[in-house]
Parts: sequence; structure tokens; C-alpha cells
Amino acid sequence: MKRVYVKEEWCLGCHLCEYNCAFANSGQKDMITALKGKPIYPRIHVEGDEKITYAVSCRHCTDPMCIKSCIAGAISKVDGVVKVDQNKCVGCLTCVLVCPYGALAPSESGIMQKCELCLENTCGSPACVKGCPNRAIVYEER
Amino acid sequence: MKRGNAMEKYVIIGNGVAAAACIEGIRSVDSEGSITVVSQEKHHVYCRPLISYLLEGKTDKERMLYRPADFYEKNGCSVLYGKTAVKIDKDAKKVSLDDGQVIDYTKLCVATGSSPFVPPFTGLDTVEKKCSFMTLDDADTLAAAVNSESKVLIVGAGLIGLKCAEGIQDRVGSITVCDLADRVLSSILDAQSAGLVQSHLESKGVSFLLSDSVERFDVNKAYMKSGKEVDFDVLVLAIGVRANIGLVKDAGGETNRGIVINDNMQTSLADIYAVGDCAEGNDISFGQRRVLALLPNAYFQGQCAGVNMAGGEKVFDKAIPMNSIGFFGFHMMTAGSSFKPEDGGQVYEEIDEKHIKKLFYRNDTLTGFMLVGETCRAGIYTAMIREKTPLSSVNFDMLKETPTSAAFSQETRRKMFGGVV
Amino acid sequence: MSVEYIFPEFEVIRKPERCIACRVCERQCSNEVHVFDPATGVMISDEAKCVDCQRCVSLCPTHALKIVKNESTFRENANWQNDTIKEVYKQANSGGVLLSSMGNPKPFPVYWDKILINASQVTNPPIDPLREPMETSVFLGKKPEKIKFDENGKIKCELTPQIELSMPVMFSAMSYGSISYNAHASLARAATELGILYNTGEGGLHEDFYCYGPNTIVQVASGRFGVHENYLNAGAAVEIKMGQGAKPGIGGHLPGTKIVGDVSRTRMIPEGSDAISPAPHHDIYSIEDLRQLVFSLKEATEYKKPVIVKVAAVHNIAAIASGIARSGADIIAIDGFRGGTGAAPTRIRDNVGIPIELALAAVDQRLREEGIRGNVSLVVGGSIRCASDVVKAIALGADACYIATAAVLALGCHLCRTCQTGKCNWGIATQRPDLVKRLNPEIGTERLVNLLTAWKHEIKELMGGMGINSIEALRGNRLMLRGIGLNSKELEILGISHAGE
Repeated sequence: MKRVYVKEEWCLGCHLCEYNCAFANSGQKDMITALKGKPIYPRIHVEGDEKITYAVSCRHCTDPMCIKSCIAGAISKVDGVVKVDQNKCVGCLTCVLVCPYGALAPSESGIMQKCELCLENTCGSPACVKGCPNRAIVYEER
Repeated sequence: MKRGNAMEKYVIIGNGVAAAACIEGIRSVDSEGSITVVSQEKHHVYCRPLISYLLEGKTDKERMLYRPADFYEKNGCSVLYGKTAVKIDKDAKKVSLDDGQVIDYTKLCVATGSSPFVPPFTGLDTVEKKCSFMTLDDADTLAAAVNSESKVLIVGAGLIGLKCAEGIQDRVGSITVCDLADRVLSSILDAQSAGLVQSHLESKGVSFLLSDSVERFDVNKAYMKSGKEVDFDVLVLAIGVRANIGLVKDAGGETNRGIVINDNMQTSLADIYAVGDCAEGNDISFGQRRVLALLPNAYFQGQCAGVNMAGGEKVFDKAIPMNSIGFFGFHMMTAGSSFKPEDGGQVYEEIDEKHIKKLFYRNDTLTGFMLVGETCRAGIYTAMIREKTPLSSVNFDMLKETPTSAAFSQETRRKMFGGVV
Repeated sequence: MSVEYIFPEFEVIRKPERCIACRVCERQCSNEVHVFDPATGVMISDEAKCVDCQRCVSLCPTHALKIVKNESTFRENANWQNDTIKEVYKQANSGGVLLSSMGNPKPFPVYWDKILINASQVTNPPIDPLREPMETSVFLGKKPEKIKFDENGKIKCELTPQIELSMPVMFSAMSYGSISYNAHASLARAATELGILYNTGEGGLHEDFYCYGPNTIVQVASGRFGVHENYLNAGAAVEIKMGQGAKPGIGGHLPGTKIVGDVSRTRMIPEGSDAISPAPHHDIYSIEDLRQLVFSLKEATEYKKPVIVKVAAVHNIAAIASGIARSGADIIAIDGFRGGTGAAPTRIRDNVGIPIELALAAVDQRLREEGIRGNVSLVVGGSIRCASDVVKAIALGADACYIATAAVLALGCHLCRTCQTGKCNWGIATQRPDLVKRLNPEIGTERLVNLLTAWKHEIKELMGGMGINSIEALRGNRLMLRGIGLNSKELEILGISHAGE
């Protein structure tokens, strides 16, 4: 399946992916309404130091620890995409405790949200990839 | 590769998360063998740790189901609700139930969980409204027993007791939690971290009586060893749990605090597996067998057992203790083990009014951590404990600051983020 | 202090209702124009540092930014214009020579824009390039005067080495050092993909790029940086750089701060030492001397590579070219005064040299008159901006064109003309690793290939319109050109008639 991959040699650390992600999942029609004057809760995060940066989002693992560890049975895999059922999640953060990639972070409400590849929002394919100015994030089959 | 073996009769005693995982493990290999689940509780598999969230109103019984309503049907399981297994005949490969029914198995999985441990308090029988806090039924009992005026005494400041306090805080008049230990969550937190958690809970209106225990009860009053007296309307007993090992022990299987299992989840008895809170497997962070009564562990073990029962090959040798707990939005995470300085244990600490971070390491590996207040990306630490990542292979100074894969080698990151994982 | 103050050239306009304070502009500006003020939660800018490179404008996700010319102005004066006054102030402040980058921005005539191309109507048919074959390939190198036969009547092939190009365009010299590794990688890969050549400039050839050798011109300039036997043999041709359109008559100076790591190794000079290319080649004071270098290089490359001699377009270019055509060189490259540079003294860039259009016409004419046009191919550069410029250059007599400014524009350059600072926000004219990585060669290559693919289509359309189906048939075909608004002297030099004639 197609997944999001990062190429750290091309990541500029501009953090646009975070904003594009937050916007794509906001349900709003324009970025200004969606993000102005608020802290953002993106599903992708730029990590690194002065020398290297790269964006981390869900790897959609073949055998995901988060699904097995979820105390609410709220995470599942649908057609290869690891999804969280926000209706079931209680925000215990056990998934954060087990994700070896540090890819998960809760939403503003404390309930988990995660990268679901923008397949069901209006973006249709990962917004982080579309908006990356240097192709440091790609969406492809590997 | 899936195959079918209609000759197999899988029996699972227990109907918790470990059992559900076992079913999923079996069905990942064998789509045909029969599966019988012996369920003491009369409920579809649900998320036990969610009972406090249920009382808090953050979930409901429908959403609490661990798996969809058609889970058993889709997996071809028959569930015997309200039945308790009373005996395993390992030679005849039969399990006797409390109603006299005897069922045959070819492979048996014991997922009997644990039971609340209640010491013989004097006068406990005089207490009218009392319950444990383990099951959905306990939660229902407690919900029915309390009102907005209730004074609740919770005996036990462990995870169960405190989650209970959080769950009912909005529904009751006052909550007092007592514990013999000198701090809350004494099994996983040290004094500093426990102090932070305690003061947070106190700020939400929970009172504590620590280093103190109940000497006797008299109807609605607890007389403490310290001489203090606590009036209460409802008593919650959350002192501790004991693994349910009787069935295997009686059948001649090796038991300790839990049912002893190997890395394939097999007990010492042929074709009998044990998983979840009743089992005692290897804790790799400590290098010893332990009962790790944790939901993730129950799943890992259950699934591993299921695969092996169905003829697959799976090893689960990465068990470590780990907890992610939050009270009123204040989160903490712990994992692994710490070692004393005389055993070579070292610790890195960062402490301020709202956060505590302690990283425990020994022999070039991270063995455990304690994070209070700030928990982002903690899974990176957890994985390092689980995988015994040599600290010399990473930028540990950077990791001390924050868990980040930036501290790993470029090659490691390439594997993590550049390929299918 | 106050007398030293020069008002900023640009104003940074941030629409507060659009800015979401994502700080992308702050992270992307190497000039440190934008800063987030945590106290007020808003972005503020120090426009005195702005060079109008448009990086922030391009990356702002809410299009909250625009850069405009500062309205602050000196009293209007046709003679003492704003820039002139500011330059005086700068020199009074610093006592230094003014430095600039890229090509001459002054309003000198652009002859390309005063030349029009013909098309076929009625009496001769145009060609539809989508339906009929159209040859854009060219071969550069000395051409034989006439066909020779041996005693058996078979053709004798005495062709000297040639360069084959899929279209009459090459990327002209930009050294590794003046531009980044990734810019070089983009040019090398694009040249390979397009079937054309790029040029190392005087910076040597990075070991990673030897694999693109068949599409590389290796340059030998007055500093001889990075020149060794393997280098000479790595490319498809060797170019002797005598001069550059942006700064004829002077050498080059790459400051020691840019001579780091790979750049130092590739140039074969110590880290931190200034790379100074002298104004002259100290071994060349005559055409005879040039001939010696040409043949030295031919010896070194076993007569397998054509040798190019590149000169700036200066007043007596026709005579110079005539000399070069007799020196044994296979190709003459002429660089017009609008050619770009990574750094040049402003006065030189803006006042020295002549337009390439006139130089080309004069040289082609002169070589024909002297019967030596076949001795060499002519390559012209110095602001070839588009496909019609290429077509016009070919019709004026060029064999091919060199492009560089257009190429760096494709790579992201926004012509802010501050290459000399080394802080190129687009990752092109810089060696700062954090900036270099901003140019992903995958994207760079794609954009260069796109650009020249588009030009190729346009060249075919223009040729087809004229009823011409090959570059060969267009070369020197000045009948296809007409001047507009040119005086008779200009028309005479260009060798074209006025429109309507």
C-alpha cells in the first residue's frame, strides 16, 4: 500500500507539513479560518536538531503495537490504514507509550487523533506530501 | 498462511482482552477449528480499564465493547456466558464447568485473570455498601450505591483505587483514599512522582490518608491504625489483586504468583497455555518472571498463545511493565525497571513543579523511565527498553532532553521512516 | 550614524488578517527579516535586511506576505536617480568597490526584442511539427570545407571531434562554489536527460559528477582550479575561459569562506584560501599563445575532445573571433554583456562589454567574409531568455546557445541579485548546508527538463512556421529576421532588413 515516507536529506524544517495537516483535518475551507490564532494539533511533527530535520507521522505498521495495546479497542486497521475511533478512545495515551516512532499525539481535547493519510478528509491524499516544498515527504508504494 | 483444521477444539477459559487476542491469534492461522469461550462474566468482551471512564461519563457500555458486537460470530466462537471452569483434566483433555458440563479440548488457553484481594478486616461484614472495582458489575454496583452526598472511602491508593476516585469524583460528596504505603501508586512511582500526582488529585478534591490502614470497620466508620476515624457511606476495596491460578495449579501445572509460562505462552502442562493477568512470564527489563497485569501485555500474550495453539510459531519475549495513566487530564507514564546504584543502576532526573522525568539505565541500556506531566513520544523510550538498544549507539544526551528518533543513527532512521515497518 | 542610514529598498507587507504566525517565513529567511514576537504573538519584520528573493512569499501558506518597492524616495531627478544616490552613500560609508550579481539590469537595448521572425504564407508552406519530422539536433565542432574522396572514390572522413546536442541549447558555465552541489547535480542530470551539455565553470568537477561526463563541458580558466588529466578527460569537451560577459577584462574571486569541504577538494586548493582567478591567463598574450593552450589541451585529451574558447563580447569581438578561429579551437563561445555572474564589481557589470546580438552578427559575418566560418562552431550566451531568442540567435548565425540565468530561474532563482552574499534562500548560490538542501535535485532536474522541453516545442513551432525543418537550415538565415525600431547602423551590423522591407 502507499504510505508516507520522509527523506530527511531534503527536509527544510519549515513545518509547513504540520500546518497543512492541521488544516486538512480541520474541516474548514480556508487555512486562515482553520488555524488563525489557535495552537495547532497536527498529526505529523517535525523533529530534529540544527543539522537534520524530518517529519514523523504514523508508519501504518504491518503489525502495529498501538492496536494491540489500546485499552479501549479503539484502534484498528482498515485496508492497511491504522485508524482510531475517536468515539471509543478515552485518551489514556497508552498508544503514545508504545509507539516506537513517537508518531502519535493527542488532539486538543485529549482524545487521540492520528494520521489516516487524509483519505477521508477533503484533501483526499496526504496534505503534508502535497504541501511539502522540497519533496521531503512522499506518498508512495515501497 | 491460513489453513483450516476442523479437528482442533480450542477452549479458552476467560473472556477478557487476553481471550479476545487469543481468538484473533487462532483465527490468523486456523479458520476452521472450533473455539469455545468460557466466560464467567455475562458480558461480551469489554474494556475493563474503562470502567472508571464509564462512571465518569466518558464512555458507555456500548462503546466499551473491546470488539464489535459480531466479534464471536465472525470468528466462529461459541461463548458460554456465566459459566465458571472448575477443573482441568490434563490427561483426558477436558474442562469441567460449574454447571456440571464437561468440554473437550485439544488446545486450552487459560485466561482467567485476577481477583480482588480482600484481607480479613474486622467488621467488614457490618459495612452495608461496599464493592471492589474490577468489573463492569462492580462499576454498576458502585454507581447504584453513590449519590451526590456520598462520602466514599477507597482502601488502596493503587491504580484501581485512584482511577475509581477519578471516575466517581463528580458523582459523590467526598472521597478519601487510604493506603498502608506512604505514597500513591507505590508499585510504579517513587515518592517524588507520587507526591506530584497526589497533590494534583488533592487539588481536585480527593483526600488521602497514607501510611495508614484500616484496623476495623464498624458499619459506616473505619477505625484507622493511626487512631483516626473515617466516616463513610460507601466503601471501595482496591487493595490489590491475586492472579487466578487455581485451575492450573490443581491440575499439577507449575505456578508461582501467576501461572508460569514460557515465551510461547505454554504452561508446564502439554497443550495448555496461559495468558493475561493470571500468567507469569518473563519481564525482560528486570530479567525475571513477573505477573504483568497490563492490558497491552494481555493482548500480546493472548495473540501469541492463539497463534501457537493453532500450529503457528510465535514468540513473545519482549514483555516489560508499562503504564500510561491520567488523572483529570494529568498524565504520567512508566515503563521497565530501575536498579539500585549498587547493582549498577543509574538515573537521569529532571524535576520541576509540574514535571518529573527519570530515566533509569544500566549496562549501556535504558531499563526504565518515569514521566510525570510530560509524556510526548514516550514510546521511543519504551521501544529502547524493549529492544535493549545500546545507549552507546544513540545520542543519549539528546534523548535525555526529549524522546526523539533524531538521537538515533541516520541508518536507523532510514529504516524507521524510509521503509515498510 | 544618521548620515550612514540608507532607507530599505523594499517593504515587507504582511496582511495581519491572513498571517497565522506559522513562522515558516522566519525559518526560511536566511537574511533574518522575519521574527516571531512571543510577547504579542505576531510576526515582525526587519525590512532593511530584505533582498526581495520572494522565498517567504512563495512559502507562506496563507499568502499573507508581499514584498513591494519602498515608496520612500529621494527627490525626483532624472540624472541622480535613487540607485545612483544610494551607491554613492554606500561607497561613502564603506570605501569599497560595489559588488553585484547576475546580469546587467540597466535599460540598455535588448535587440532580441527588436527583431521579428518570419513565417510562411501562400507562396511557401509552413510545416506542422506535430505531423512532420523536425530536426533540432546540432553538431558542434570544426566542419570540413569540402567533401574529399580517396583513390577508390570513397568519401574520406576527416571529421574532428564533435559534440552532438539534441537541441541547440547548453547550460553555460557556473562553477561548483559559485553555485551549490545540488544546483550542479540538477544541471548535470538534466543535461544528461535532455541530451545536451552543462559546464563545470572554473570550479573543477566534483567526484560525484564524473558519471555525467558525456554531458559535461570541463572548463579551464585563468586560475586553473581543479584542472588535472582525469578532469580534462572526464568531459565531452574542454572550454578555455578567456572572459565572461558580466565582467570582461577582470578575473574572479571566490572568497575563502566559500572554499570549504568538497569545494576546496574539487578546486584543489586549501580550505579557507581565497580562489583568485587572474584577469588574464598569464600564459596567453596572443593568439599564438592561445593556440599553444588549445593544443596542450588537445594533447592531454588525445585529440578526442573539441576545445571551446569562451570570450566576452567586447568592442573588437569580430577580430578576436577571427583569431580564435585560426587558433585550432573547435568552438567559439561568446558571452554578451547581459550574462549573469555570482559576483562582479557593479561598475564593470553595468558598463563593460557589448550586446550579444551585435557581437554574434559581427562575428558570423566576419568569419564568413574570411572564409573560416567552418573552422569553428559559434555558441552564444549572455541573456538568452526564451525559445524565440534561441531561434533569432540561430538565424543570426549561432550554432547553439548557452543559457544560465534562465536555468537558475528554473531552479528557483528569483533574481534578487545578491548571490555574492552566499545566503541564497533558494539553495542555488550558496554553500551553507541548510540552504543547499533547499534545492532537491530531483525537483531541479525536472524543472530544467520541463523548461527545455517546452523550448524545444516552441523552437519547432517557430521553425515550422518559417517552413524550415532543421536547425541546420535556419543557421545564419538572416532573411528570416526583420528589425523593428532599429536605425540603419544597427540593421547593418545585424545584417537584417527592417520590418516592411
